[in-house]
Amino acid sequence: MPAVEVSRVRHAYGGRTALDDVSFQVEPGEIFALLGPNGGGKTTLFRILSTLMPPDAGSVRVFDADVRTEAAQVRRSIGVVFQNPSLDGKLTARENLLHQGRLYGMRGAALRSRIDEMMAQMAIAGRAADRVETLSGGLQRRVELAKGLLHGPRLLILDEPSAGLDPGARLDLRRYLTRLRDERRVTVLWTTHLIDEAEDADRVLILDRGRVVAMGSPNALREEIGGDVIALATADAPGLGGQIRERFGIEPMILDGSVRIEKEDGHRFVAALIEAFPGRIDSVTLAKPTLEDVFIDRTGHRLWEDR
Amino acid sequence: MSLVLGSATLWQRELVRFFRQPSRIAGALGTPLVFWLLLGSGIGRSFSLPTSGGDMYYMEYFFPGVVVMIVLFTSIFSTISIIEDRREGFLQAVLVAPTPRAAIVLGKMAGSTSLALIHGMALLILAPWVAGASPASIPRIAAVVAVIAFGLTGLGYQIAWRMESTQGFHAIMNLFLIPMWMLSGAVFPPGGAPDWLQWVIQLNPLTYGVSALRWSIYGTPDYLATGGASPGLALIVISVFAGAMFIAGLAVTRSRST
Repeated sequence: MPAVEVSRVRHAYGGRTALDDVSFQVEPGEIFALLGPNGGGKTTLFRILSTLMPPDAGSVRVFDADVRTEAAQVRRSIGVVFQNPSLDGKLTARENLLHQGRLYGMRGAALRSRIDEMMAQMAIAGRAADRVETLSGGLQRRVELAKGLLHGPRLLILDEPSAGLDPGARLDLRRYLTRLRDERRVTVLWTTHLIDEAEDADRVLILDRGRVVAMGSPNALREEIGGDVIALATADAPGLGGQIRERFGIEPMILDGSVRIEKEDGHRFVAALIEAFPGRIDSVTLAKPTLEDVFIDRTGHRLWEDR
Repeated sequence: MSLVLGSATLWQRELVRFFRQPSRIAGALGTPLVFWLLLGSGIGRSFSLPTSGGDMYYMEYFFPGVVVMIVLFTSIFSTISIIEDRREGFLQAVLVAPTPRAAIVLGKMAGSTSLALIHGMALLILAPWVAGASPASIPRIAAVVAVIAFGLTGLGYQIAWRMESTQGFHAIMNLFLIPMWMLSGAVFPPGGAPDWLQWVIQLNPLTYGVSALRWSIYGTPDYLATGGASPGLALIVISVFAGAMFIAGLAVTRSRST
């Protein structure tokens, strides 16, 4: 049984399509990233998966329970970590967790010992009696994470988990999530617009304008591009691009005023290019493909772009 | 079981939050008290009503009206927290929890009702001196205030649930709720109003709240000399209104969750 099974989901706000025929599965114990630009549809997907709203069409099942008709069952099996902390600043960290536990039907000594356990795991026990509004952003995120994991969910869903965290805290979070998966078999799904955050996942689904543009392990996706990515800075990108096409029989891409080429054995090709067009190329970069290159390859535009 | 646990925990949160923000206490009590003292003293003896127990001065007539105003302010204003909870994200976490939706509505309404009751009773302590109420009538008064507050809280809940900003809420408050209070028999005797206004007053659920409160303070239907609804009818209407508001609150909660 897959942890998450999304099948032919469509959703629109008024006339604007947010999700267009999206299908994918997440296996139990997987760390799965939904990567895409803002407005790409990942927040909509997050809301649907967390049972905040049903999709217009298609079906979404979490551990075989339908989010539309069996929402209560789905809610018991998922833990949700929101981008904006869902904490009550006027309450202490412990009080926040107490209310959370009771909303999940936990109570009494069992709830208290579970809270102690989670606070210890997150290394926030020393701040348990402090009002949340007095905690730093990083500490609040830990309380938020403790909140989402309090009832022992089988699937943890996080919306932009590292937003607002410093690099050290980001690393801690990723290590913790990996440990959670390794030790407790918790399935982890997060949304992100950051390439390097998606690189850490077992599998990535890339969403753009509501459509799935790529899905697979980060390595497999990069290998699909094959070879290297060459970017040429030049005064006349379309002109140079056309000449490269004629001369070498390949299809370069013009992006932000530069010429972009995906090619195996890039270092040899760079030498050939420079010899072929002396004085035309201002600078050359040669790099292994990243997930952003996968995104550009599939969509023809950057992850971050005004549209 | 999860209904009780869920609503109790949300109710507790409302109270804890409230007592950690002292300015809210001052705001909810201060305005009506100033109203009562200034308006009551100002109009003072230029207004008196013939009742079976002798003339009634405005300070006394206006007293239940001020209590209703406090209850109205507290119930409605405390439901603004729904908008804040939504904006700050707390509500999202509640909505993805497996607690019944009824627990969410009940917890919020019970929390706001408790706050309204605390505020209303803070002034109603004066009832024995201002209106000659017997101390024994205090539980009866509290029960009536609680039912009124529950209904008003439910009304505030529906407005707040649909709102994105607190500014919008304040606009509705001024446009809709203040007239509702004015036309309830709280400020002037409904008996003396022109016919077209009588209609509005009779359709206003708060009219029945004010009548029920007058009855609970005096224990007699003597207040009917100045207009209003009979005690039996008033109690039925406020109870039905409270129940209907809860059901409507539940419906609106189920219809929109983001």
